[in-house]
Amino acid sequence: MQLTINNETYDIDADGETPLLWVIRDNLGMTGTKYGCGVAQCGACSVLVDGVVTRSCVTPIEVVEGSQITTIEAIESDPVGKRVVEKWVEHQVPQCGYCQSGQVMAATSLLKETAKPTEEDIEYAMLNLCRCGTYNFISAAIHDLAGGEGDAQ
Amino acid sequence: MTFDRPASAPQDLPTGAPVNMSRRRFLIGTTTATAGALVLGFGIPTKARAQAANMAPGTRVPAFLEIRPDNTVRFLSPFVEGGQGIYTAMAQIVGEELDADPSSFVVESAPAGTDYLVVGGSMRITGGSMSVRTSYDTMRKLGALARAMLLEAAAARLDVPVSELTTEPGHVVHAASGRTVTYGEIADAALDLEVPDPESITLKDPADFRWIRQPVERLDVYEKSTGKAVYSIDTKVDGMVHAAVQHAPRLGLTVGSIVNEAEVAAMPGVISIHTLPGAVAVVSERWWTARRAVESLNVEWNEPGADADPTARYMPADFSTAAFAERLANETGEGMDAENEGDVAAAFAEAETTLEATYHSQYVNHGQLEPPSTTARFNEDGSLDVWMPNQAPEQFQGAIARMTGLEASQINIHSPMLGGFFGRHFLYPHANPYPQAIQLAKETGRPVKLIWSREEEFLRDPLRPMAAVRFKGALDSTGMPVALEAISATEGPTEGIWGRNPESVDGTAVEGLSGKSYGIPNHRIAQVYVENPTMLAYWRSVGNSMNDFLYESFLDELGDTGGQDPFEMRMKLLEGNTRLQTLLQSVADLSGGWKRGPFEAEDGTMRARGIAMASPFGSHTAAIAEVSIDRGEVKVHDIWQAIDPGSIVNPAIIEAQVNSAVALGLSQVLLEESVYENGMPKARNFDMYPILSPDRMPRVHVKIVESGAPMGGIGEPGLPAVPPAVANAVSTLTGQRIRSMPLSKYTFES
Repeated sequence: MQLTINNETYDIDADGETPLLWVIRDNLGMTGTKYGCGVAQCGACSVLVDGVVTRSCVTPIEVVEGSQITTIEAIESDPVGKRVVEKWVEHQVPQCGYCQSGQVMAATSLLKETAKPTEEDIEYAMLNLCRCGTYNFISAAIHDLAGGEGDAQ
Repeated sequence: MTFDRPASAPQDLPTGAPVNMSRRRFLIGTTTATAGALVLGFGIPTKARAQAANMAPGTRVPAFLEIRPDNTVRFLSPFVEGGQGIYTAMAQIVGEELDADPSSFVVESAPAGTDYLVVGGSMRITGGSMSVRTSYDTMRKLGALARAMLLEAAAARLDVPVSELTTEPGHVVHAASGRTVTYGEIADAALDLEVPDPESITLKDPADFRWIRQPVERLDVYEKSTGKAVYSIDTKVDGMVHAAVQHAPRLGLTVGSIVNEAEVAAMPGVISIHTLPGAVAVVSERWWTARRAVESLNVEWNEPGADADPTARYMPADFSTAAFAERLANETGEGMDAENEGDVAAAFAEAETTLEATYHSQYVNHGQLEPPSTTARFNEDGSLDVWMPNQAPEQFQGAIARMTGLEASQINIHSPMLGGFFGRHFLYPHANPYPQAIQLAKETGRPVKLIWSREEEFLRDPLRPMAAVRFKGALDSTGMPVALEAISATEGPTEGIWGRNPESVDGTAVEGLSGKSYGIPNHRIAQVYVENPTMLAYWRSVGNSMNDFLYESFLDELGDTGGQDPFEMRMKLLEGNTRLQTLLQSVADLSGGWKRGPFEAEDGTMRARGIAMASPFGSHTAAIAEVSIDRGEVKVHDIWQAIDPGSIVNPAIIEAQVNSAVALGLSQVLLEESVYENGMPKARNFDMYPILSPDRMPRVHVKIVESGAPMGGIGEPGLPAVPPAVANAVSTLTGQRIRSMPLSKYTFES
């Protein structure tokens, strides 16, 4: 099976039901995408599939054949993703950092779809869990990106 | 054997054969930002090596520092980074005295070794909110020693007396001739010098600090925002295979037989199947394959036999947390004293009003987002490399030495970034994957990376203890508390992990009931020991995580009985304690002035505020919570918290840590409880064990009060006052007394 990840095409030797997460991490050795729960609860495994945030831990590779998959490794190649990273740094968002690849992917997906998200858009899109409780810093970075005050903190 | 380099992130691991990997080699291993650059590091120069035998921990400069030609500073941190910002704090403290910008630091975790035992000069753990406060003086001195060596080398290079030299960040300056030399240019020579006598060093006047007390940006934020940070679970070594385990459903059971072993062994990708103590494992080229296979194993588990270790914990098939909570509440003993002041019995006999109530705390899971993993590799020379999340490298090294029969010096402990810890990664019996990974590496003859699935983690995560506390309070004629007794039926985490001392109370069981500063003249705090069948653990803020909830909520209940306002009552109880009265006033001011409510907010909702204090880990805190009830659920709108850690290193990190502790405290009081039925946890993932989600995060307002008292901790102290502040607000708003957590178990009317 062939997968297109970060604009490169890979021949994948794995069962079609294998979750995309494990193909990215183990077959391809890209470990920026994280395993947290395996049941689409936490969002640490978020990647973009055709620009839309997707939880790779429950996504069988057979359903994303032919799609454009973007992982955190290529996030700065995306102009929106690059801005998200800049604001993540400026607002000093991460603590342990384990969930932040997923958080950055979720924010990038949101802003690619809606440049000026409303409060409701943000609440609906930013569902990923963070055990360090960086939620207010995430919120401040997103409001800043959305052109708001960045002051939810 | 060599290490792989991750495709995305040049990993700061040495390449090439690990045989007899010397310290110098370890230090020279390249690191992220400048991988591949020529590195002329400090290494271990001859003189320093000769000195090493009699040098105190934290003084042998070359064990910690390397300065490269480009003036970047590589620092090996005695403490592991897990989000608390310790790498940055270390860079600030060392950089301050070294006179090197913290942003020029590249920090990694130090290996196991006596040089790094900087907590009291005899041990180290990354925990107890101890890192900065216990090593602050040592780390400043380390930076100053390194600076003195650079000055000496510069004097030789420039052929001038040391007394004519000064430094600017990263440079030695000879003002008289206008010449400068960068640290990087003279680092090699400097670190071949003998380390000066630490007693000969003069530290900076704090008035001249450039970086300490400043909101210096954290060093790892970019890497953590781009997936480049490397955690234990991301470890890659050449020739590595992957492993997954299935644990016995209850602790203490052993593997009887594997019914379908042949069938599973034939599954595609399965390399081998292994029987481990209390678990089975599958090794495969891919973790997903290993996991699928191991979960397909049909295992017959045996009850522990006559040969079972009598000290090991056993989980009976009829254990339930509901029944255990009832048992704790029904413990009638008077317990062993932790504190006993005044004349408690007489005070109760004389009191006009007394009040009794039993409060409960619950088991909680750590829920760090990085599941536990260990990569183990035996090397050709018989040494062993182990990569794992850990908060105590020497403790793990010692345990592995006992397990394998290797010398400690043959065991290389690698301590990558922690994907959250909160107390999860101490040495716990049956709760760390390293013994399994090492056994699998031995049996397969290959490096093995073992990852516990989230479900296996929920099955073996050791728990924050539960307790039932019988409170008794007495009021004087003005309605003020004059006596308080708290008898906690519980087992403390320390005695649960390391064994009980029947002669004394486990301080970590009662802290937060004990150690209160209120002027209640007659008080007694005691523990009735009740052994748990579960494994126990430290959880962020340890005993304080539950005990301040229990105490501060009962104090409000007592105050309500005496007609006292919770804020005014605490102020009165702190008379003569300027430090805590100032702190209490600070949080009230931060919230715009104390107002209890209930009151109607601008949006028409009815709200109330609660207040609580705590004195954990050498710091003091006061918190106010504002709550409403939204569709039957408690909604927390704002948390105001004032913290007095005495003195500080980085105010931005403190604000981040208080936010983080608030989130975990809220998660506990609103949502969390590990429930056991039939000897097994009901929740095996976050679907059944909800943790705080973004929509439930309140605004958090932080005020740092620097009283100038001895430095206290930061990582944990922000937690304990939050649950009682919320519970007290909810009691005020609803009239329903809150005597247990989580609040999701209560029914509220909107």
